[in-house]
Amino acid sequence: MTDVVPAPTAWEYAPAPESRALVSIRPRYGLYIDGAWSEPAAGERFATIAPATEEHLAEIAQGGAEDVDRAVRAARSAFPAWSCLPGSERAKFLFRIARILQERAREFAVLESLDGGKPIKESRDVDVPLAAAHFFYYAGWADKLEYAFPGRPRPKPLGVAGQIIPWNFPLLMLAWKVAPALATGNTVVLKPAESTPLTALLFCDVLRQAGLPAGVVNVVTGDGRTGQALVAHEGVDKIAFTGSTEVGKAIQRALAGTGKRLTLELGGKGANIVFDDAALDQAVEGIVTGITFNQGHVCCAGSRLLVQESVAEQLLAKLRRRMETLRVGDPLDKNTDIGAINSAEQLARIKELVQSGRDDGATIWQPACVLPEQGFWFPPTVFTEVAQSHRIAQEEIFGPVLSVLTFRTAEEAVEKANNTPYGLSAGVWTEKGSRILWMAQRLRAGVVWANTFNRFDPTSPFGGYKESGFGREGGRHGLAAYLDLGEGADAGVGGLA
Amino acid sequence: MSDRLPVLKTYKLFIGGAFPRSESGRVYEVEGANVALASRKDVRDAVQAARGAAPGWAKATAYNRGQVLYRLAELLETRATQLAAACSGADEVAAAVDRVVWYAGWTDKLAQVVGGANPVAGPYFDFTVPEPTGVVGIVAPAEPALLGLVSRLAPALAGGNVAVVLASQLHPLAAIELAECIATADVPAGVVNILTGDPAETAPWLASHMDVNAIDITGAPAALAADLERAAADNVKRVVRGPANGQRLADIEQLLELKTVWHPIGV
Repeated sequence: MTDVVPAPTAWEYAPAPESRALVSIRPRYGLYIDGAWSEPAAGERFATIAPATEEHLAEIAQGGAEDVDRAVRAARSAFPAWSCLPGSERAKFLFRIARILQERAREFAVLESLDGGKPIKESRDVDVPLAAAHFFYYAGWADKLEYAFPGRPRPKPLGVAGQIIPWNFPLLMLAWKVAPALATGNTVVLKPAESTPLTALLFCDVLRQAGLPAGVVNVVTGDGRTGQALVAHEGVDKIAFTGSTEVGKAIQRALAGTGKRLTLELGGKGANIVFDDAALDQAVEGIVTGITFNQGHVCCAGSRLLVQESVAEQLLAKLRRRMETLRVGDPLDKNTDIGAINSAEQLARIKELVQSGRDDGATIWQPACVLPEQGFWFPPTVFTEVAQSHRIAQEEIFGPVLSVLTFRTAEEAVEKANNTPYGLSAGVWTEKGSRILWMAQRLRAGVVWANTFNRFDPTSPFGGYKESGFGREGGRHGLAAYLDLGEGADAGVGGLA
Repeated sequence: MSDRLPVLKTYKLFIGGAFPRSESGRVYEVEGANVALASRKDVRDAVQAARGAAPGWAKATAYNRGQVLYRLAELLETRATQLAAACSGADEVAAAVDRVVWYAGWTDKLAQVVGGANPVAGPYFDFTVPEPTGVVGIVAPAEPALLGLVSRLAPALAGGNVAVVLASQLHPLAAIELAECIATADVPAGVVNILTGDPAETAPWLASHMDVNAIDITGAPAALAADLERAAADNVKRVVRGPANGQRLADIEQLLELKTVWHPIGV
C-alpha cells in the first residue's frame, strides 16, 4: 500500500468568482398566483439573505391562509383545461420549460449559489442541469401514461397538488415536484423554503416565457405557517413534502382522515460502508462527496462512515489528507468545494450537535481552514470513537460532519447501518461484486450506491424506507404519486399507489 | 340423528405459529363460541413474533413464497366445509381459494412488473427492485368474514411482508379456521399472526407500535381509521386501504418499498 502523501501546501488557488452580473434581483417579490404577481393579503414580508455574506437580497412575501386559498382556487380553476389538454400538448410545455432552464442555466446557478450558499460548481453542474433533465424526462411521459402501469391503462390526475420543498436543493426539488405533477395533468401550488425562495420566483418567469396557462403553477412563498395553511386547505388533493422527519410526521398527522394523498421525502442518516478490499482512494473521494456535497445539507448524505477495522487507520489517514485540501469559502468562486451553511438557524443546529459529540466523548478532527468572518460557516468535521448511541450517530446533522464507526464482519456492518429510524441511503465500497449485492439486499435504504455516492438521475426512483418517508420521485414510479390508477375507489394513501 | 355430543373447539389467538389464549384471560361470546379477547400485550407479542419472522420470509425466494401461498390455497380447499360454516358459505370459500391462488402467482412477477433497470445518463448500471415493507398491521374488514381477511392478507404476504391481523369482531371464527390452515401450510411461524377481539381496543396499539412498518385500515370504521392514521405518523407508517373484496396489484404495491442500486460500469 502506498503511504499517505502530505497535502500540497506550496501552491494556492487564485480567486475565480463567477460574475453576478447576469442575475437581476428585484428589491421585493410578490406571490405568483394565477399567472400574475400579487401582494400578500396581510402585507407581511421577510428578507432573504445571502448566507455567505449576510447581504440582504430581497424582500419576500409571507403568504397567509388567504393567499394560499387564492392560489388553490386558481389551481382548481386551471385544472379542468390543463388535465384535458392532450398529453402531447402538455409534453411540449414541459419541453419548453426544460429548454428555457437550459438557456438560462447560468443565471439560475448564480442565483441558487447566492441565495442558498452552495458552491457554484455544484449549482452549475448538478442542480440546474438535473432540474432541466427532470422536465425533459417527464415531458416524455405526459403522452405515454397509459404505458406506465401495466393493467391500469386509464390513469387520472388527482387535481391540485400542494408541494412543499426544502432549502437544500431549491430549484432541483422544485423540478422533482413540478415536472411529474404537470406531466400527469395536475395543477400545482408550490411553497418554496423560507430561506431560499429566489430560484422558484425566477422559475415563474420561465413559466411566463413558456406560455404555461395561468393558474397551472402557483408559487406562494412564506414560512412554516404558509405550509400549514396549504396542508390544511380542503381544496388540495395531494401533498408532496420534502423536508425534516419531524415536519413530515406533523403533516401525516394533519392529513389523517382527510383521504388526501401524501408522499414524504424526509431525513436520513446514511451509512457509507468501506470494506478492507475497497479501492481506498476512490472510497475516500466517495466519502468526501458523501458528507461535504452541498455542505452536507443532503438528506441522503453519507453522514456515518462504517469502515472495516483492519483498514480504518489507513483510510482515516487518507481521508484527513484529502479533507485538508478542501476549499471552504465564497460559493460563487469556481474553485470552492464547500460553501456557506444555509442559515444561522442551521448553523446553530450543527454547532449544537457537534457539541453533543464532544460531550458524549467522541474525538473531533477538523482540517486547518480559515473561515470568512461574515456569513455562516462550518468547517468539514470528522468524529472518531463514535458509539452507536451517540446523537451524532443517530440524528441527522445536515452539515459537513462525519461520524466514523468501525466493524469487523459484513453482518455487523449491516446491523449498524440499519440501526437508525431512517432508511434513505447507503454506500458500499468493495471490489467484490457478490458482496455488493449481498449488502445491497440487506440494507434497509431506498438508494444504495456501490463504489459511488450521491448520484441522481431523473430516470432513477428516489425515496426512503422507514422514517425517511414514502413514495418515490423520479422514474416511472414518480408518476404514481400524482395519479389515480383507477383500480377502485381507494388506490391507497401511502406507499406506491 | 346420532345422539352423540360433539366435541367443541376452543377458539384461541394465533401468535408465532402457536395458539395461545389471550394473556388477559378474557373471552367474549360470539358466533356460539367463547372467543379470545386480545389485549395490548397480545398485540405486543404478535408484533414481536412477526418481526422475528420478517427476515426469513422476506429473504425466501419468490418461487418459494409462491409455493407456500399455493399450498395455503390447497389447504383452504380441503377444509372448505369447516370454512363455509364459518362464513357466508361455499361460494365465499371458493372465492377465497381463488384469491390466494391469484396472489400466489404474483410473487415471482413483482420484480419485473414493479421494478426495472433505469437508463441513467452516466456510466452506471442502475436498477430498482421491490422489497417488502416489513411488519404490516391489518384491521380486517368485518365482512365478508373469510374473503375480506384473505383479500387484505394475501397481497401483504405475496409481497414478502409479515402480518399481525386483527380479525373481524363479529365474525372471528373464519379467521381462526384460516389460522389453522396457515399453521399447516408451510407458512413459517410468525409470518401471520391473528388476534381476535375488539379492534377498537387493539388497533390503536398496533397503529402506534414503533416496530410496525405499515397499517391496513380497510376494516376500521371512519372515526377509528382517522385515529389510526394519526397514530401511524409516529414512525411514518405506510397507511393503506383497499377494497374488502378485491384483487389488485395495487394492494401488493402499496406494501412494497423500492430500492434503487447504482453501480459504476468500468474495467
